[in-house]
Amino acid sequence: MSSPSSSTTGQQVFDCRDAYMSALEEMAAADARVCAVANDSLSSAKLKNFKEKFPDRFVNVGIAEQNMVGVGAGLANGGMIPYVCGASCFLTARAMEQIKVDLAYTRANVKLCAMSPGMAYGQLGPTHHSIEDLAWMRVLPNLTVIVPADPVETAAAMRYSLIHEGPMFLRIARVPVPRVHGDDYEFRLGKAVRLREGSDVTLIANGLMVCRALDAALALEARGISARVLNLSTVKPLDREAIVDAARTTRGIVTAEEALAAGGLGGAVAEVLAQEHPAPMRILGVPDVFAPTGTAEFLLEYFGLTAAGIERAALELLQREA
Amino acid sequence: MEMPPTGPERAAWLKRKANWIRLSAMTMNHHAKLGHTGGDLSAADILAVLFLGGILRVDPAQPRWPERDRFILSKGHGAAAYYSTLAARGFISVEQLKTYMDPLSMLNGHPDRNKVPGVEANTGPLGHGLPIAVGAALAARMRKESWRVFVLTGDGELQEGSNWEAAMTAQHYGLDQLTLIVDRNRIQQGDFTENTIRMEPLAARFAAFGFAVEEIDGHSTEALFDRFSHLPLETGKPTCLIANTIKGKGVSFAENQPAWHHGVPTKEQLAMAAKELDVEVAW
Repeated sequence: MSSPSSSTTGQQVFDCRDAYMSALEEMAAADARVCAVANDSLSSAKLKNFKEKFPDRFVNVGIAEQNMVGVGAGLANGGMIPYVCGASCFLTARAMEQIKVDLAYTRANVKLCAMSPGMAYGQLGPTHHSIEDLAWMRVLPNLTVIVPADPVETAAAMRYSLIHEGPMFLRIARVPVPRVHGDDYEFRLGKAVRLREGSDVTLIANGLMVCRALDAALALEARGISARVLNLSTVKPLDREAIVDAARTTRGIVTAEEALAAGGLGGAVAEVLAQEHPAPMRILGVPDVFAPTGTAEFLLEYFGLTAAGIERAALELLQREA
Repeated sequence: MEMPPTGPERAAWLKRKANWIRLSAMTMNHHAKLGHTGGDLSAADILAVLFLGGILRVDPAQPRWPERDRFILSKGHGAAAYYSTLAARGFISVEQLKTYMDPLSMLNGHPDRNKVPGVEANTGPLGHGLPIAVGAALAARMRKESWRVFVLTGDGELQEGSNWEAAMTAQHYGLDQLTLIVDRNRIQQGDFTENTIRMEPLAARFAAFGFAVEEIDGHSTEALFDRFSHLPLETGKPTCLIANTIKGKGVSFAENQPAWHHGVPTKEQLAMAAKELDVEVAW
């Protein structure tokens, strides 16, 4: 893990792109089928080293995302395992039809590395935010969707992607996060990771919201409330069992994601519960608006995507149910 | 594989195969009451020469043989002609053609590589084939393999910007194992291409994008065979063959009629077509 920095609370925090990059370079060294496709921005996608180490397995298509995804599909047709890496906002929105047809429908063995998702680009504004991507990606049949929570899970999910046959969407966080998983963490597709036991309420999160959910659980504990925390990094296929179990054994569920509250992680959880075990829920995410100007951290605060916001939602939920 | 005769008989032999593909496609469209007859007919000679003339190094017994040449039908709506070609080449059976667009048939209105052996890419929305072909050509280079990639696009299809993104990549990487064939029938769904959005000067555009370009008679099986046997046009450059064709070729009432883009023949029209094409299909 390179260049960790410190958060305001003194915890060491990491840019998950470093973990993705190290894993990709390791995999390319070990497997000649691994190649990378980029759309101009080598620094955003952390591919400068990759290009130097593996020049023959690196393709830069320029600023051309539709072509980038199609080229990925063609490389997979030719037996390569392409990692198609670009800012999530452009990769998903610009190339949506290629992702649907060339990858998902085709079941092409292409891995999309969606960089700097959510509101990581902060002040650059809603054009550069990628808060719609989870809703768009998770409805596509055949496409596996993973939102790692920290550098450990990012690296583990990357390594897993190499042995998984089929198209995959990996959302690689740029906003620094602390480690929530130990070094022995093993990624298991479609399995929620129970990071904390709890019996009153369940907090379900992914990506950078996982560490915030853990902080919220600590704050709730201080109030005598026992909160379970699930890292639901695999948005598709969904761990229905863990979700239904949470609804059965705790009094309510709060979901938190760095994405639109509509259609993403919370939506996926709600779809399961509405049909299998209706339970009180709060879905935390970006409401039905384009974000105002501000840094990523400011915007997360603004939309209540913080430990305090999760704690508040859990308290309201339990009060209403009391 | 039934090999074409060598020498002067080859062109006529390939033409008969192409006409069989034409009548087969029309019969399928008649059966399905749906389809894209005009573009099936304009592409038939190109498909026949590639698949039945021995140009493509493919093996129906191993459709995913890693070193095969790749053919990508970017104009996925030409599915009936494509499936007929794959049947003629032995990838699927003629019997299967009779299920075209039936419920649960593997023969969808647009090709699906996971269902139909020989299909390389799921196409239908336009502007997808060339980027995929570029990727497959890059894979050949990365793997140091000698397979070639052929992609057949429509002409109206080139209005999609993704083609030009891919063209820039093909030029930049000097992909001379890539051959783009444009079925230049001059008609798109709504009207003639030049009335819709001008495509000319098409050859100059591709030349400006770094392709070695040649215009060719897309209905001369002889010219197509000769050209396909001598590729690339220029070392270090992708090839673009603008195949001048007639939409609805070979069937008088369908030729050059925009309405036949997705026209479906009646029983009587099918009989007329069989007479004009001078071939028979088995059903």
